[in-house]
Amino acid sequence: MSTQSSRLAARMMVAPSVVLLLIWMIVPLAMTLYYSFRFYRLLSPDRTGWTGFTNYVWFFDSPDFWLALFNTLALVGGVLVITVVLGILIALLIDQPVKGQGALRILVIAPFFVMPPVAASIWENLFMHPQNGLFSAIARGFGAQPILFLEQYPMWSVIGIVSWEWLPFATLILLTALQSLSSEQLEAAEMDGAGPFARFRHIILPHLTRAITVVILIQTIFLLGIFGEIFTTTQGGPGSASTTLPYMIFKQAIAAKDIGRAAAGGIIAVILANIVAYFLMRGLGRNLDA
Amino acid sequence: MGKIQLTRVRKSFGEVDVIPGIDLTIEDGEFVVFVGPSGCGKSTLLRLIAGLEDTTSGSIEIDGRDATNLPPARRGLAMVFQSYALYPHMTVRKNIAFPLKMAGMDKAEQDARVERAAKVLNLTNYLDRRPGQLSGGQRQRVAIGRAIVREPAAFLFDEPLSNLDAALRVGMRQEISELHQSLKTTMIYVTHDQVEAMTMADKIVVLNAGRIEQVGAPLELYNHPKNLFVAGFIGSPRMNFIEGAEAAKHDAHTIGIRPEHIAVGEGPWEGVVGLSEHLGSDSFLKVAVEGIGPLTVRAPGEVHARHGDRIRLAPAGKIHRFDKNGLAL
Repeated sequence: MSTQSSRLAARMMVAPSVVLLLIWMIVPLAMTLYYSFRFYRLLSPDRTGWTGFTNYVWFFDSPDFWLALFNTLALVGGVLVITVVLGILIALLIDQPVKGQGALRILVIAPFFVMPPVAASIWENLFMHPQNGLFSAIARGFGAQPILFLEQYPMWSVIGIVSWEWLPFATLILLTALQSLSSEQLEAAEMDGAGPFARFRHIILPHLTRAITVVILIQTIFLLGIFGEIFTTTQGGPGSASTTLPYMIFKQAIAAKDIGRAAAGGIIAVILANIVAYFLMRGLGRNLDA
Repeated sequence: MGKIQLTRVRKSFGEVDVIPGIDLTIEDGEFVVFVGPSGCGKSTLLRLIAGLEDTTSGSIEIDGRDATNLPPARRGLAMVFQSYALYPHMTVRKNIAFPLKMAGMDKAEQDARVERAAKVLNLTNYLDRRPGQLSGGQRQRVAIGRAIVREPAAFLFDEPLSNLDAALRVGMRQEISELHQSLKTTMIYVTHDQVEAMTMADKIVVLNAGRIEQVGAPLELYNHPKNLFVAGFIGSPRMNFIEGAEAAKHDAHTIGIRPEHIAVGEGPWEGVVGLSEHLGSDSFLKVAVEGIGPLTVRAPGEVHARHGDRIRLAPAGKIHRFDKNGLAL
């Protein structure tokens, strides 16, 4: 299989796609990098030129930036904790033999097929709405004041909505991992005197580590770029309370029409994603080895 | 301390009675082998004793104590699974220590017991490896180690050698037998391999379709099978059964004669050799005998008979006689 000629042939075959992928990645990145050092506002297109690090400095000087950074990490971390913990519990639950198991599993997976803006609208108008929402109806039923979710707890609300969307994904991956655990191992543990919690702690959880790692890595990639849910519900507000880094970039690019700053924000986001990825791989990467 | 008493133990899965009702006494220190064809309920019976399945009715007593509804952990039994069921993320040491840890034993005592078990099973050099880095035989020994550290009232083995190659199987068979000699603990061993049953057991329980066909010492089953099923199941190659006129001569509906109890040379039966297998120490011949049908013959040493040869055969050993219902006369 790996004679010299076959290796050469393999490289030749792979080369076009590698080159294409490289261009695909490098060109947008290079353009973003280029604009991030330019003065380029759509409202004054005649004034252009190099500005050095001014665009970056603007971000670091802006108090909103640090809040947005914190919000981004809080969103990623919060959703990861909620989806992994609930995902494991739901997976354990729907792994039990029950009638209508197939239908049940489809129901559990359904939220994943709802588009982000639709999901966010459903939550905003049907659940969290202060007059028409289900939650306010429940609160009033108990004689309490309805909670103004999007005004008082905007970040928590966004985390809740995004968790609802991503929970099926985590559940699905964890469920398949759970089903690959041999029942003899659980029976052996039972014979060895391990109760339900000990079995979960010593047998099931270690078996799930690889699946949990996969869930965390994949979700992190997508969660760092969450935008639609915020756009549809809080618009980053009130004030900047629920502005994340992607949303802040959007505000610079579309609201302020400042392409230079938006590009600088984009580069910062890329660096942030790489830092997160580095720590994730260092902390979790070894779980992926056999 | 491991007498196990089953009284009218019944197990059904829905409508299907897998085990319609079994009475069996296993004495303390005995090596009992459950043997039978696949699907005969032998594994289910073992799992009932282990507590991994609920008994539908009847009772299981362990050490004179009713254990029918006790959870597996409280029955004081240890089980070795067919797949070994080692915990892949734990080292050998942690695997063996797991039941001790679950029992809340202190660390020093745990270590001492693990070391002792590892020494007995030649695992001392492998204690810090993971199961994935071990060979089949070593994994098997770890599974046994995990069972012996608990000092259980009885060991349960569920086809423990079926994943090993032939040479290793013979070795592990001896090791398990020696373990039984040194521990003197009750062992219940499930297998479909009658060679394992014959070589290891103090007592064999032959099961068929959830019923006990016969219980007895290996040679007792070989020499005095109670019925056609046991006669056909114990012994390899299997016993020849002859019906019709030849059987009537012996005043029986069916007669059985083992392949090793037929002599080649002179005799009343004549036939054509079909398949012949020459193993060196033995020769197995399939002979189509006129008026009787095909007979398997096991002749010691080399017999120069080829496909198509005509040879004469004579019964040279015990002839087993059975009535219409398949029971021994």
